[in-house]
Amino acid sequence: MAQAYSPGLTVSDSIVLIKDRILPLKGKVLVKKGDKVKAEDIVAETLLPGKVVPFNLANKLSIPPELVGEYVKIKEGDTLQKGQLLAQTKGFFGLFKNSVKSPLDGEVENISKITGQLLLREPRIPVNIKAFIDGVVVDVVEEEGVVIENKSAYIQGIFGIGGETTGNLKVLVSSPEEIVDENKIDESCKDELIVTGSMASYALIKKAIKVGAKAIITGGIDDKDLKKLLGYNIGVAITGHENIGLTIVVTEGFGKIKIAKKTLELLKRFDGHKASLHGITQIRAGVMRPEIIIPIEFKEEELEVPEAKMASLEIGTTIRVIRQPNFGQIGKVTALPEELTPVESETMARILEAELENGEKVMIPRANVEVIEE
Amino acid sequence: MAETRPLKRIVATDCGSTTTKSILIEYIDGEYRQTVRGEAPTTVEKPLNDVTKGVINAVTELEELARLKYNDPDITFIKDENIWISEKEDEGVDAYVSTSSAGGGLQMMVTGVVAKMTGESAERAALGAGAIVMDLIASNDKRANYEKIERIRNLRPDMILMAGGVDGGTTKHVVEMGELVGAADPKPRLGSSYKLPVIYAGNNKAQDIIRETLADKTDLIITDNLRPTLEIENLGPARDKIHDLFMEHVMAQAPGYNKLMSWTVGPKNGKLENIPIMPTPAAVGNIMQTIARKNDIEVLGVDIGGATTDIFSVFTKERVFNRTVSANLGMSYSISNVLATASIEEILRWVPVDIDESYLRNMIKNKMIRPTTIPQQLEELVLEQAIAKEALKYAFIQHKEFAVGLKGGQKQREISEAFSQSLSGGSIVNMMTLNLLVGSGGVMSHAPRRNQSVMMMLDGFLPEGITRLAVDSIFMMPHLGVLAEISEKAATEVFEKDCLVYLGTCVAPVGKIKPDKVSLSAKIELPNGDVFEEDIKFGEIRLIPLGVGETAKATLKPGKGLDIGNGKNQEIETELHGGVVGLVLDTRGRKPFVLPMEASERIPLLKKWMLALKAYPEEFLK
Repeated sequence: MAQAYSPGLTVSDSIVLIKDRILPLKGKVLVKKGDKVKAEDIVAETLLPGKVVPFNLANKLSIPPELVGEYVKIKEGDTLQKGQLLAQTKGFFGLFKNSVKSPLDGEVENISKITGQLLLREPRIPVNIKAFIDGVVVDVVEEEGVVIENKSAYIQGIFGIGGETTGNLKVLVSSPEEIVDENKIDESCKDELIVTGSMASYALIKKAIKVGAKAIITGGIDDKDLKKLLGYNIGVAITGHENIGLTIVVTEGFGKIKIAKKTLELLKRFDGHKASLHGITQIRAGVMRPEIIIPIEFKEEELEVPEAKMASLEIGTTIRVIRQPNFGQIGKVTALPEELTPVESETMARILEAELENGEKVMIPRANVEVIEE
Repeated sequence: MAETRPLKRIVATDCGSTTTKSILIEYIDGEYRQTVRGEAPTTVEKPLNDVTKGVINAVTELEELARLKYNDPDITFIKDENIWISEKEDEGVDAYVSTSSAGGGLQMMVTGVVAKMTGESAERAALGAGAIVMDLIASNDKRANYEKIERIRNLRPDMILMAGGVDGGTTKHVVEMGELVGAADPKPRLGSSYKLPVIYAGNNKAQDIIRETLADKTDLIITDNLRPTLEIENLGPARDKIHDLFMEHVMAQAPGYNKLMSWTVGPKNGKLENIPIMPTPAAVGNIMQTIARKNDIEVLGVDIGGATTDIFSVFTKERVFNRTVSANLGMSYSISNVLATASIEEILRWVPVDIDESYLRNMIKNKMIRPTTIPQQLEELVLEQAIAKEALKYAFIQHKEFAVGLKGGQKQREISEAFSQSLSGGSIVNMMTLNLLVGSGGVMSHAPRRNQSVMMMLDGFLPEGITRLAVDSIFMMPHLGVLAEISEKAATEVFEKDCLVYLGTCVAPVGKIKPDKVSLSAKIELPNGDVFEEDIKFGEIRLIPLGVGETAKATLKPGKGLDIGNGKNQEIETELHGGVVGLVLDTRGRKPFVLPMEASERIPLLKKWMLALKAYPEEFLK
C-alpha cells in the first residue's frame, strides 16, 4: 500500500529519451548505428504479405474438388498476373472447354484437392517506419528496426487521439485557465501544433482541422464533443488509430481543467520550436500515454540515462488532485496519517492532508493525488 | 504426506495484472483457516520483468505478518530466494500453489462449423478453461472467407481451438476452416520465436487432413472431438489440453514464469508433486463447482473487475457449469464501455438525484484515464454504483444467452414436457431455483456499506424467490480454486469460514400484480423472540436485521397470482439465513421489474427503496 498514489505524468525540460522504432514484420533497416536522423527520415522498411483471396475453383469449373488437380494449370508459389489461365477442363471432344482466369496480380498460396479451393495472395504492401524524433541511432536491431536516442523537453499527456505527427509549437494562450475562441484559429495555424488552455471546444477543433493544423494540445476536452468528433463513444481506452484530420493531446482530463502551470510554461518556452507528438493511449497492461517531445541540442556524451526512481510521497511533497472535489488543484502534503480514515463517501481510505494553493486545508485519499516532481 | 498428517501451512498466490495477492492457510484446532494475507505489485512488466519478484514480495509480507501475529521471529517461508517447501512439520510451508492472470490472462480464438452448435461448444470449452475468447469464427458466420483470414491474422491469440463436425460426419467444412487458419499463418501474441499452438477437437475423420494442412505451420495438438454427436458435449479433453498448453507455451513465454512453475509444489497422491499454475478464472470456476457439488446447491457468482466482468454459474440437477467473460464491462479501464453499452439514461435511472449528463460523461472518462482513483464524494460513489448495476445487468444478459442447453440435438421429451414452452437450446439460468448469489470485485467487496453490495446485486441480477447473498471478502476464490487441486477439504472449509461474507437472504415474489395490492404476506419469527408480520404491498423493500449464523422461521405467502418458488399462490414455510445485512423482502416486482423513466416519478421511489435498505446516509437521500 506504500504506493497507493499515482507517480504522476512526466513533465521535464530535459530528459534523455530512447525510442524503439521497430517494423511489424522483419524487413530492411536503412540507417546505421551512429547516424543522425531527422523525425521525417525513413529508418526501416518492409513488405507486408498481401491479402489472401480464397477462390473456389471446383465451383467455377463445375467439377468435384478431387478433380481440381487434373485441370489446374498453376502450382503453389507461382507468380500470377490478372487474366492468367488458372485451370481449364478438357471439354467434350475438345469443345465446350471451361476455363478460369486469375482475378488478380499476385501469387498462388495453396491449392486444395479436398475443398477445391485456391488461395491466392495479392501483391505485397510496402510499409516503412520513420524516425519520429530528431536524434541519433544508438542501436540497430537487425532486420527489425532501430533505437533512437536524443535529449528533449518532454511532456506526457493523460489521453489523446490520433497518431504520430511533427510540426512547430504555436502557443495561443498566456494563462492556464484561458479558453481559446475558435476565431483565433486562422491560416497561421496551418501545419502547427497549437496549444490551447483549459478546454478545446468542438468548434475550435473543427476550425483547426479546416485550416490544416497538425495537432491540438489542451488541458481538457468535453466527452460530448469527443463523441461528436468521432461519431462514437470511446469504450476502452486504446486510442491512436483515429483519423479525424489532426492529433489531440489532452494533458489533464475530461471537462474544463486548466492546463498545469509547469506544462504551459514549458510549452511557452519552446513556442515556435519543432516537436514530435502522438495521441496513442493505452491504459491496460503496458500503459502508454500521449507524448510531446521537443528535441534540444545535445552532445552525445550527455546521453546517459539516470536511474529511474519512484517519486516518493512525503510531508512537503507537491501533489495534484486527480479526482473531484478540487480536481486539478495543486497542493503541498502536510500530514500522512497511517490509519484508514473514512471520507465523505464513507469509503475507508489511506488518506493524506494537504494545503492547496488557495490556502484551503483538505483531506484526500492518496489514490486521488499524483506526485509532481520538482 | 497427505495421508500421514494434515497439511499445516499452505501459501497461495494470485498473480493479477497489477497486484500479486498472497494468503496463508493454516490448520488450527482441527480446521483450516485463512490467517494472514499480503500483497505487492505484480512484476511481470518492465523494469523488473520477472513475476517471481512480486511473488517474493507478497510472500515476504505474509512472513512478516505471521511473525507478528504469533510473536515468533523464526517463522520462515522464504529461503534462498525461493519459497521453502519442507516435508518437516515445523519449518517452511507444506505447499505452495498459484494462479495467474498477469499479462492479460489467456487469450484464445475458437473456430467451429456452425456457430450456434460446434462453435458454441468450443467457446464454452475455452471459457471454462479460463480464457478470454477474442473471436468465434465459424463456417456460417456470414463473413467472407478473406475477412476471416484477415481477422485470424490480426488477432494474435495465445492459442486457437478448432472444433467442427460430429465424429464420422462430413469433413469438408472443418477442413476448409483449417485451410483458412493455415492461410492466415497466425502468429502468437507473445513473441515470434515459437509456433502458435492450435488444438483440433473436431470430427475425428478429418484429423489426418487437418494434420496435413496445419502441422507445418502451427504447433498442432489433436484431441477428442468436443461434440462427438449433436446430443453430447465432451469438453474435458479440450479443456485439459488448453491448460497444458497454457503452462507450456503461454506461461513459459512470460518473464519469470519458468521459475515460478518450478516453485508450485505440494503433496498429491502421497508425494510432493508439481501443482500446475491455473488461469485465475479457471480456479474460480473450480471452487464454485466444488461448493455447488458439496452443498448440492445452484450457485451464481460474479467478479466485477476494472477491465472485465466474469460470471460463473452452476445450474440444473446435473450441476452444469458455465462461465462467461464480458471482456469490456468493468469499473475502471472499461468503465467507459459500460456507458457505450448501456445508454446514459439507463445509468441515470439508478441515480436518486438530478445529475447533469455532461458531468456524468466526463466523470466516467476521467475514471477511465485514471483508473486507480476512488470516489471521495458520496455523489460519485452513488454514480459508480449505478454504473456497476448496469455492468452487472449486461454481463448477466450475456451469461444467460450463453448458458444454454445443447442446440441442434433431438431432445427426448416426456409427456409432461410436451406442453411446456422450453426449447432445446434455452437458457438453463433459472433465478427462481438459484440458492446462492456471490459477488466479488472491488466495487462489490469494498463498498463502504455492505447494504450497497446487496442493492447492487438485487438491481443488477433481480434474484427471484428465496436467494442467499454473499460477497467474497478479499477475493480469495482463485487461491481456493487451485488449492482444491491438492486439498478439497482445506479449500471448502476456508471458503465457508473466511472467504464468504454472508450478507443475508432476499425474498422476491415473481409475476404481474396491480400496484395497490398485497405482494407478500410475511410472518418471520426472529431468534430474539420478536415476530415480524406484515402484508407488504407491491413496490416496497423491507430490511429485517438477522445476524450472521442466525436463522429465522418464516411463513411466506405470495400475493394473488405471484410465485416465490412453490408455484403461483403457494405459501412457503422455511428457514431464512441471516448475514451482515439481514433479510430483504423485495416486492418491487419481478418479470416484470419496471422503473419509471420520468425523473419526477422515479427519484422518490429510488429514495424510498434506498432508505429502506439503508444504502446511503439519510441526510443524502432526504
